[in-house]
Amino acid sequence: MTGIRPWLRERSELGVCALLLVLGALVLGDVLTMDVDIEQRGPVGPTTMPTVVGVALLVVAALLAVDVLRGGRGEAEGGEDIDLAAPGDWRTVLLLAGVFLGNAVLIEPLGLPASGALMFWGSAWVLGSRAYHRDPLIAAVLSVATYVLFDSLLGIPLPGGPLMEVL
Amino acid sequence: MDMANSLSSLVDGFGTALSPGNVMWAALGVLLGTAIGVLPGIGPAMAVALLLPVTYGLDPTAAFIMFAGIYYGGMFGGSTTSILLNTPGETAAVVAALEGHPMARSGRGAQALAAAAIGHFAGGMIGTILLVVLAPTIAEWAVDMGAADYFAIMVLAFVAVTSVLGNSRVRGFASLLIGLTIGMVGLDALTGQQRLTFDVLQLADGIDVVIVAVGLFAIGEALWVALHLRRRPDRPIPVGRPWLGRAELRRTWKPWLRGPLIGFPFGAIPAGGAEIPTFLSYATEKRLSRHRDEFGKGAIEGVAGPESAASASAAGTLASMLTLGLPTTAVAAVMLAAFQSYGIQPGPLLFERESELVWALIASLFVGMAMLLVLNLPLAPIWAKLLRVPRPYLYAGILFFAAVGAYAVGGETLDLVILLIIGLVGLLMRRYGLPVLPAVLGAILGPAAELQMRRALQISDGSVSGLFDTPFSVGVYALIAAIVAWPLVRRVLRRVRRRATPGARVPRG
Repeated sequence: MTGIRPWLRERSELGVCALLLVLGALVLGDVLTMDVDIEQRGPVGPTTMPTVVGVALLVVAALLAVDVLRGGRGEAEGGEDIDLAAPGDWRTVLLLAGVFLGNAVLIEPLGLPASGALMFWGSAWVLGSRAYHRDPLIAAVLSVATYVLFDSLLGIPLPGGPLMEVL
Repeated sequence: MDMANSLSSLVDGFGTALSPGNVMWAALGVLLGTAIGVLPGIGPAMAVALLLPVTYGLDPTAAFIMFAGIYYGGMFGGSTTSILLNTPGETAAVVAALEGHPMARSGRGAQALAAAAIGHFAGGMIGTILLVVLAPTIAEWAVDMGAADYFAIMVLAFVAVTSVLGNSRVRGFASLLIGLTIGMVGLDALTGQQRLTFDVLQLADGIDVVIVAVGLFAIGEALWVALHLRRRPDRPIPVGRPWLGRAELRRTWKPWLRGPLIGFPFGAIPAGGAEIPTFLSYATEKRLSRHRDEFGKGAIEGVAGPESAASASAAGTLASMLTLGLPTTAVAAVMLAAFQSYGIQPGPLLFERESELVWALIASLFVGMAMLLVLNLPLAPIWAKLLRVPRPYLYAGILFFAAVGAYAVGGETLDLVILLIIGLVGLLMRRYGLPVLPAVLGAILGPAAELQMRRALQISDGSVSGLFDTPFSVGVYALIAAIVAWPLVRRVLRRVRRRATPGARVPRG
């Protein structure tokens, strides 16, 4: 019981309450800024549902906060590859999110085959794979094959990028 | 529609399902489904979500035949993982690990796999026959349902998945509200009013269900696993070709037949799919077994019954989804989204309007089940090899396909950013015990529920009584009230009982 940091760490779920609170405020704020009377058809307009959901979000945020303060804890989800005993590895998650955003930026200029391969290789590296010959090969084959499958066989257009124009 | 009529439709359905192209889609579906079921970390819901974009290039019949194959195949494959690894990924396969894993450890893995595979086959067959018999009748009866009835039944779905699943209602409702909020983004269907778009042009069309489903199931799961990745994965127990001896057959045939009777009805109601019926089936088999002392140490009945119940519950789920448009599991919710993306509205009229599609889908379930039995019995040792796939490749692959799928929806970079945000929400939900299904259901069913509510209130000219003016809706609200009140009632009952027997210790929980 020294200081507020360990107290908060123990109750990090309060962050979820804060998020729900913000979300509820966002929804209710949106309701207030709507120009409803333009074309209100029927007795129940477009604001009813957001109002209900927004208020409910605030109520649930409060109830969850009470539950957490009284010692309630959400049970983390288990799984085959999940080791809940290990501390959370947030660095890996942040790096993966970064790699994912990198792909979002690169997909249009480079095309899917190149940006997708980079993303796969990058993600595998972040997750601990260090096979420097096999990793890029698998990434390239997967990425090009997926591109061909979508673009040529299924007729769903994806950006090919300069690489595919050369081939 | 009478029985003879639905039989002749089913025969026509087989005609469609057995065309070479559709057999190929069914085969692809069951292969993918089994692989996905065996692979750790990927459940059928994630698989169907990841494959949604692929179906943009397919006709609806082919797409749904493939989806059904994935759904059933995932059930088959999931039990392989829990028997050989003892760390079930899908909730439906938790029970399989209870008896199946001890069997595998004591060298009877082959028998456990066979009991599970044949159980899935029996459960799936019986469940699908029940679907053929009951679905047209339910559809016919549901044709008269009005807006108020639909709204009531959707509210029931929301309340049921938040109350029955998981162990915290507050967290279930938080999840539901997150989903409802996501579902509201975009133009209001009746007035065209912009909601939660913040004047971003791309948000006016709303957030595509593919983005929501892929974000919550695929990205959320991959990031969550990355946060706690087991550095040295468990080694699966090596196993031979599945087979059953005469003594085992004598112990398993009754559980195989009993399972579906528990599984089908629970699949059809919004109570979380296969989780509850598999546990109920397990308890039933334990009570009825003559080898009760073997339970916990590898009783084959405890594998056969629950696995049969699991497959039958999938058939029950399809019955509700096709006849009422009511998804009771995550997979069904994603399939409903797929129907909607084709402009097809599942519900009572589906059997009239899309008769050919529905019966081809049902016929393909039988075809897929036969394929699955053939695939799983002799090939189980090969499937088990999938358990050794390097985890970095597995989760990098999930992220890759999620990104490709989300981009294929509309060719928008912004969709990838939204996908990542929803994925991070999915990660937080897993970390803090918020169930994912209510959120997905809220996002997919929320807009439809709002529409039905406003229609009902338009008809009644704004009077709230318009929501309660049919016996059916009143009955549903009574049921909802019962579900909501149940924990309170139980608490009171417990207190009364405690007072009746002073000094007696009442176990909590």
